[in-house]
Amino acid sequence: MFKKINNLSKSAFTALLMLSLYPSKVLSDWDALNMREGVTQVSRDVFELHMLIFYICVAIGAVVFSVMFYSLFRYTKKRNPNPSTFHESTKLEVAWTIIPFLVLIAMAVPASKTLTEIYDDEEGEINIQVVGYQWKWEYKYLEDDINFFSNLSTDQDEIYNLVPKGENYLLEVDEPLIIPVDTRVRFLITANDVIHSWWVPDFAIKQDAIPGFINTAWTRAEETGIYRGNCTELCGKNHGFMPVVVKVVEKDEYNEWVLAKKEEAIKLAELTEKEWSLGELTERGEGVYQKNCVACHQMNGEGLPPIFPALAGSDIVMFDKDRNVEILMEGVQGAAMQSFANQLSEVDMAAVITYTRQAWGNAENGDGVYVVPSDIVEYKKPKI
Amino acid sequence: MEDRMEYQKYYVPESSKFPIFAAISLFILIIGASSTINSLDNPESNASLILYTGLACFLATLFFWFRQVVKENNAGLESTQLSQSFVYGMAWFIFSEVMFFAAFFGALFYVRTFAVPWLGGEGEKGLANILWQDFEASWPLINTPDGGKAFVIAAKSMSFPGWENISHWLPIYNTIVLLSSSVTVHFAHLGLKKGNKKTFNAWLAITVLLALIFVGLQALEYYEAYAHFGLTLNSGIYGSTFFMLTGFHGFHVMLGGLMLAVMLIRSVFYGHFNEHKHFGFEAASWYWHFVDVVWVMLFLFVYIL
Amino acid sequence: MSSVIESHHDDHHHGPAKGLMRWLLTTNHKDIGTLYLWFSFAMFLIGGAMAMVIRAELFQPGMQIVQPEFYNQMLTLHGLIMVFGAVMPAFVGLANWLIPMMVGAPDMALPRLNNLSFWLLPFAFGILLSSLFMEGGAPNFGWTFYAPLSTTYAPPSVTFFIFSVHIMGASSIMGSINVIVTIMNMRAPGMDLMKMPLFVWSWLITAYLLIAVMPVLAGAVTMMLMDIHFGTSFFNAAGGGDPVLFQHIFWFFGHPEVYIMILPAFGIISHIIETFARKQLFGYESMVWAMLSIAILSFVVWAHHMFTVGMPLAAELFFMWATMLIAVPTGVKVFNWVATMFKGSISFETPMLFAIAFVVLFTIGGFSGLMLSIVPADFQYHDTYFVVAHFHYVLVPGSIFSIMAAVYYWIPKWTGNMYDERMGRLHFWLSFVGVNVTFFPQHWIGLAGMPRRYPDYALQFADWNMVSTAGAFLFGASQILFLFIVLKTVLGGKKATPQVWEGARGLEWSVESPAPYHTFSTPPKVN
Ligand code: HEA
Ligand code: HEA
Ligand code: HEC
Ligand code: CUA
Ligand SMILES: [Cu+2]
Repeated sequence: MFKKINNLSKSAFTALLMLSLYPSKVLSDWDALNMREGVTQVSRDVFELHMLIFYICVAIGAVVFSVMFYSLFRYTKKRNPNPSTFHESTKLEVAWTIIPFLVLIAMAVPASKTLTEIYDDEEGEINIQVVGYQWKWEYKYLEDDINFFSNLSTDQDEIYNLVPKGENYLLEVDEPLIIPVDTRVRFLITANDVIHSWWVPDFAIKQDAIPGFINTAWTRAEETGIYRGNCTELCGKNHGFMPVVVKVVEKDEYNEWVLAKKEEAIKLAELTEKEWSLGELTERGEGVYQKNCVACHQMNGEGLPPIFPALAGSDIVMFDKDRNVEILMEGVQGAAMQSFANQLSEVDMAAVITYTRQAWGNAENGDGVYVVPSDIVEYKKPKI
Repeated sequence: MEDRMEYQKYYVPESSKFPIFAAISLFILIIGASSTINSLDNPESNASLILYTGLACFLATLFFWFRQVVKENNAGLESTQLSQSFVYGMAWFIFSEVMFFAAFFGALFYVRTFAVPWLGGEGEKGLANILWQDFEASWPLINTPDGGKAFVIAAKSMSFPGWENISHWLPIYNTIVLLSSSVTVHFAHLGLKKGNKKTFNAWLAITVLLALIFVGLQALEYYEAYAHFGLTLNSGIYGSTFFMLTGFHGFHVMLGGLMLAVMLIRSVFYGHFNEHKHFGFEAASWYWHFVDVVWVMLFLFVYIL
Repeated sequence: MSSVIESHHDDHHHGPAKGLMRWLLTTNHKDIGTLYLWFSFAMFLIGGAMAMVIRAELFQPGMQIVQPEFYNQMLTLHGLIMVFGAVMPAFVGLANWLIPMMVGAPDMALPRLNNLSFWLLPFAFGILLSSLFMEGGAPNFGWTFYAPLSTTYAPPSVTFFIFSVHIMGASSIMGSINVIVTIMNMRAPGMDLMKMPLFVWSWLITAYLLIAVMPVLAGAVTMMLMDIHFGTSFFNAAGGGDPVLFQHIFWFFGHPEVYIMILPAFGIISHIIETFARKQLFGYESMVWAMLSIAILSFVVWAHHMFTVGMPLAAELFFMWATMLIAVPTGVKVFNWVATMFKGSISFETPMLFAIAFVVLFTIGGFSGLMLSIVPADFQYHDTYFVVAHFHYVLVPGSIFSIMAAVYYWIPKWTGNMYDERMGRLHFWLSFVGVNVTFFPQHWIGLAGMPRRYPDYALQFADWNMVSTAGAFLFGASQILFLFIVLKTVLGGKKATPQVWEGARGLEWSVESPAPYHTFSTPPKVN
């Protein structure tokens, strides 16, 4: 019986070996199993380096393991009942100290060269500050005074398996970073709360976003397209849900986009002037809430105490309008509750506060006071 | 090598209640400590009772444990080899303490050479200054990058105030006290080696006294820092490193002083130690020298440079 | 009191006491070794069960069985328990059992301290596990607990976590002091340093590493405690500190820590290979020097875990080169093992099977480690499943296999009974297949871009995650077989001879099986 199972598992192992040698035929193609070459000079250098060190390791492995397996087959107790007695050789020891050392130098030289290239980081033609938040990215175009947040746009229902998953499941955002092709772009990477890490595999950029410090990275993308990456430093609950999406476009298109973005800002200002009804605000607020707040306070407003407080039934949300606005505008020091002042327009800010003050029975149990955009404008005015 | 032949005599205690008591009391102690700390802002909590219970149990266990070891020693169960084990054990324990301090000194060096200058806009990562625009780096750092928003800005650091003020500068007295205590404990040791218990007791008593004076001065310094300079644990990285380094050192002085005091009591009231047998005292004195060396480092890197 | 001492003197030659008290109060190195081994096995099962939760969640894309915040808790506890609860205590258990026998000592040098070192552990892990039931949940910041996620943003249970790490550290330091003192002071006459069995050497070096780095870890968690509760700003730029400082301190501990988990394995594997190749180990001296070099180098490579934190270029280059250098002494060890097998007279009992698998799979893990040390490439590998594959290859078929090999190899000496060879081989093959099916595909999903510490992932990683999960359950289930084999051997079986293995060398094989409760009351003679 045991023999059978033994043999069975041995043949299972052989089958697996075969499987792993021909994975392309079985499951997916090779490319999906290897590092991406990417679309920049740096990423291609890195890819080549990766293949070089990989092949060196395979070669060394082949030599070492073949000697070993030869010994295992040739010098079994049956075939070689009388073992030799040699047990040292200075010559051999020296050889297998020096040869690996030389091999290492062969790896270190190109590695150091590539690294030095990557570190050659002067100003870019375009400079973008990238800020990690729990759990989204903010992009600030330093020259053009554009700034926006980039949130995961995958539907919660997809994540919880209620509807089929889309093609770019978890790798899609509401507003991607947009940069022009063939342009040196420099990123100034930092974070607002905990450490995040900004990774775009196709650019071979992975830089930690450290709160209070700035790391830099640069790229010169050579092909237009959409490139997807992730946050790669554990940053709390939704670490897995803050992807990076970069859209590389033609230069003209980029300039148009910048213009459009600026116009949008003007339009938004107009919206602020408008008279908003409670119904309109609440409706808009629900959308804002879904996008910005559910991660912590949950759709039902119950939060995840004790870390993330419930908004449903919160004294602040029900009775203390001023404090409520203040929390949203300033955030709470030392807690995940960040300032939303730069993330939301005045309209959205008023809308989301109004929504939270209306939803989950807060209006009935509380004072029912709501917030309009002009309140936020007022708040933002310098106080004397 | 020769004493290896003495295996027959290597004393292996058969079984012992002390370790398990020690483990249980440490268990209570850390549950108490964690709960107490977690409910610092809850005046109703009486978690500290658990903490004190654990501490009391632990200290009691240690007391009985050491008493047992001393008894065994006096009953003649020790061998040169067993003493040698204690010697090695103590030496490596002190080494582990050295590494504990190394972590804090490492932190100090790191912030002084890297973090603070970077935040102030100097060095390879000086770009960080964009985030802290009004901040200028200096050491001792009494302001903070956030300009005192979350942290308190102190009025003054504890560093060397210049020659003209040196007579008001406590650390210089602390240094004198602690350095001389290292000398006195050495004199005690010399006395003991000559078999002169009187000299031994006298010098040891002086050492313990000096330890007390040091702790007193240190308390005074802390009082000054908190009450007059506004320098607290909350004053940014200078306050953090200053209090943690000097604080842990102070704690070790107390520990070392306690050990020496115990040795003094053993010697005076129980007549322990003679010119051949005094490992307990020797261990305590090594510890004392170690504490002294740490102070010298502190004096150099925390106060002067 | 003196009567108590007298009686101690007497029972010196008695056997063990009976019942629970024997285990609570024991000062006998064999009892304590047994306690350590069982404790570590229990932790392995608990940590493994958590790995099963992780793998089950990752079976398919989408959130199925746990919530992201609970996933993070599982991940953190899995890492901590496996490292501090399973691998380290298992090696300490082996040290306890074997070092006194191997150097010809009557017991460990400081027996009562030895008991304390052990009994701290169940309490420390009890506290750690109980944090699962605390408000806000268990620690959720990864086993590397980077600030400020582990300070400002941590759940309240972090305070309990900090103190339990203190206790674990105290236990390790006391354990290592004991090992060092035993080895330095208790060797039988004639047992020169360069005649010591390699396992003893490997532990001597490991113990020094432990004493040097555990206090640094204690310092790190103390700084965390102060930052969280007492207003310091070590890891907070707003006060002039730096979150990266935490990483430097952590990895100054953490990197030597990973060698702490592999050096004793090197010792074990050397013994097993020479026994079953029936040929003296090739290059004993260079093995010792290699371990020393690895240990010394391990202090200057810590920042290879931090290549993406934005260190200055000079630092990146230095840490890359230093890390790569470790391949040289490690290579020497691998080559020596192969040379020992060459022209030997090899048989394939279970310990040898595990040892061979160790050599192959550890080397593969070492290769991926070497790839990780190449900074530009690590920019792509870092924090992906490629790293997860790397460290599970060195830890599971590395450390864990070596521990299992050691159990099969020495269990006849411990219990006096032979284990069931056929079942042992079955266990080996199931584990071998399981471990490779679990972790080999992780290289690919890592290269293809799947980040680690993700409870959910994009669709292109689905196939191989499924395979990996299947492998994990196979591997996990085979460990139940291991438990069964060990229990069966403890309860009975074919009686073992003193020598047990035809090719075995060393003092422990000179006493009867099971080894008497007090092995060497008088020192043996070493030629
Ligand atoms: C037992 C534990 C163990 C061991 C032995 C090793 C061994 C090595 N490790 Fe590994 N490592 C871990 C446990 C271990 N590691 C863990 C747990 C992590 C992740 C921590 C975390 O983030 O959670 C990690 C992460 C890790 C990283 C960080 C990756 C990242 O996060 O981006 C790096 C980078 O350099 C690295 C490198 C190495 C190297 C170079 C070795 C070398 O020692 C390997 C040397 C061996 C060989 C090279 C094979 C044999 C040699 C030859 C046959 C000679 C000839 C070979 C050549 C010349 C190529 N390891
Ligand atoms: C020595 C250390 C060690 C060991 C032995 C293991 C063993 C295993 N590890 Fe783990 N692992 C780590 C150390 C270790 N790990 C570390 C340090 C991390 C990083 C944590 C972090 O990022 O902070 C990690 C992270 C980690 C991840 C990455 C998670 C992520 O990044 O999101 C995964 C995923 O597959 C994983 C899987 C496994 C599996 C399947 C095993 C298996 O080998 C376990 C097999 C054992 C058993 C299963 C127990 C025995 C059986 C039973 C208890 C019966 C029940 C069993 C069944 C129902 C089948 N581990
Ligand atoms: C990253 C997590 C996170 C996000 C996103 C978030 N919050 Fe919060 N919020 C918190 C935390 C944590 C607190 C508790 C702060 C404290 O310690 O007092 C909090 C507190 C609050 C409070 C005070 C509640 C009380 O009773 O104390 C309000 C109101 C609030 N948040 C509203 C919002 C709104 C509206 C949004 C979306 C625009 C939002 N939050 C998004 C984490 C978050
Ligand atoms: Cu942000 Cu991970
Ligand atoms: Cu490492």
